[in-house]
Amino acid sequence: MSAPSNKKFENRLVQWIDDRLPIFSYADANVIAYPTPKNLNYWWNYGSLAGIILVIMLVTGIFLAMNYQPHADVAFASVERIVRDVNYGWLLRYLHMNGASMFFIVVYIHMFRGLYYGSYKAPREILWMVGVTIYLAMMATAFMGYVLPWGQMSFWGATVITNLFSAFPLVGDYIVTWIWGGFSVDVPTINRFFVWHYLLPFILIGLVIVHLWALHVHKSNNPLGIDIKSPQDMMPFHPFYTIKDLYGLGLFMIFFMYFVFFAPNFFGEPDNYIPANPMVTPPHIVPEWYFLPFYAILRAVPDKLGGVLLMFAGVFVLYVLPWLDTSKVRSATFRPIFKQMYWIFFLDCIFLGYIGFNSPDEQLLGMKMLYWGRIATAYYFFHFLVLLPLIGKLETPKPLPSSIYEEVAKKCRAKED
Amino acid sequence: MTDNPTNTAEEIDGPRRDFLLISTSALGAAGVAVAAWPFIHSINPAADVLALASTEVDLSAIEEGQSVTVMWRGKPVFIRHRSAAEIAEAESVDTSDLKDPESDADRVQKAQWLVTVGVCTHLGCIPSGQSVGDNRGEFGGWYCPCHGSHYDTSGRIRKGPAPFNLPVPPYAFTEDTMIVIG
Repeated sequence: MSAPSNKKFENRLVQWIDDRLPIFSYADANVIAYPTPKNLNYWWNYGSLAGIILVIMLVTGIFLAMNYQPHADVAFASVERIVRDVNYGWLLRYLHMNGASMFFIVVYIHMFRGLYYGSYKAPREILWMVGVTIYLAMMATAFMGYVLPWGQMSFWGATVITNLFSAFPLVGDYIVTWIWGGFSVDVPTINRFFVWHYLLPFILIGLVIVHLWALHVHKSNNPLGIDIKSPQDMMPFHPFYTIKDLYGLGLFMIFFMYFVFFAPNFFGEPDNYIPANPMVTPPHIVPEWYFLPFYAILRAVPDKLGGVLLMFAGVFVLYVLPWLDTSKVRSATFRPIFKQMYWIFFLDCIFLGYIGFNSPDEQLLGMKMLYWGRIATAYYFFHFLVLLPLIGKLETPKPLPSSIYEEVAKKCRAKED
Repeated sequence: MTDNPTNTAEEIDGPRRDFLLISTSALGAAGVAVAAWPFIHSINPAADVLALASTEVDLSAIEEGQSVTVMWRGKPVFIRHRSAAEIAEAESVDTSDLKDPESDADRVQKAQWLVTVGVCTHLGCIPSGQSVGDNRGEFGGWYCPCHGSHYDTSGRIRKGPAPFNLPVPPYAFTEDTMIVIG
């Protein structure tokens, strides 16, 4: 994604191909010799992990699609057939189902990494914004995938989420009818959701390529958050970070496979093993865990349209984050106040998820969940819209190290002593 | 390195790196190969497809000279209640003249019942000859309209591009006039 290097290859066939189609020098420039900051920690593993999970989702999804039938009458049975009768169908389905949760775990860590180390700041604003778009596309894909098994949660999840659009004045009802292709979630809906669920991941790949393209212009940010100044600050991606990424992948796969083999329905809802019934809504309906914080924001607002808008604002605020954070210092390591606010914000997000999981009428420390949800929602936006602009102006950052290289060398010396 | 300054980092790390690279790649390749199997196998016939792989047929309603077509594994199976003349013709053929030599006795369990898979062995079309008035080819059996293969009253290829006789599926008589195919 940087300009191809003028690398010469020993193998004459490789050189011959490269002169005509520079795939080898391209690979060399972007994954082999690709200069990477020397000081990346393990929080930088999650980008490549997300990419690998995307591939796993694509491959399992393509093979599942060979046995899945996107028709309301038979979709549920076809998924059960995949699990019971198709050779290794249970494995494909559980990889795909849990893979979705893994994808979000990895991407959330990747995003919080960026928030902590200021990876969204100049000159990486567009890189960040493409990332937010990837996140949106992922959410749409995950939602539509969850509808496909056509269980009770699928059906009512689809009904509730599509009804969000009915909140818009005048056109709302028309939009919802248009999305459904009818007057309720039904045969046309599942068919088109299947098409989108299959198509969006390929759009996601395109977005990932743009994400990497932008990444490779200014290279990775790093835990110190200071610019790369000399070649001494960097080392080649291969073998140093290929090995580090592989090691992280190995550990992550153990975590992933634990769920696939020992708790495949851990992230799911038992109600989704009841075939969709348009006449009965399950008593306790919750979205998948990765939507819970936004679900809490939605319910915090007493107005239908207001709730929907605020929920979308919760994601869209990330697009303007690079301009809300006024500090020039990237890494939280050198921002004493921001660092504390970061962790409070992190806990606020977890708390929002907890509220989203519970019924709004339940009590927590003598107060209704609903009111806790309002406080947590208010804080979520307070962090972005008030704290971030203010802290940048008021905080005195710690002195920044002069270079990555010196800081790494200092650490090495400390280890040797 | 400080112990022996004549050794470069390359000389020390080279073999170690090679070992790590080759063992990691080998293990990775083996892992991918093992992981590929569930994917490849998932598009083989599933348990429910295999469970439908046998078909029961009641022969009592088939009159002499009549043929019926039944479905077995998604393919047509021809069952012909052969007349004495047809049996005699099938048995009289000198097998050494045949493209795919097989005696009629090897192709039937009871002489009056001929059971074959009704798919031309050339390129998979369904030969005609099941109904009265169909073109049965020059040998009174079946005729494939796609590329002109002629089958005789034992379902053997006699003329045309098909390389083999119509295959006889595995079947067994469970009663005098009841068979299970597959």
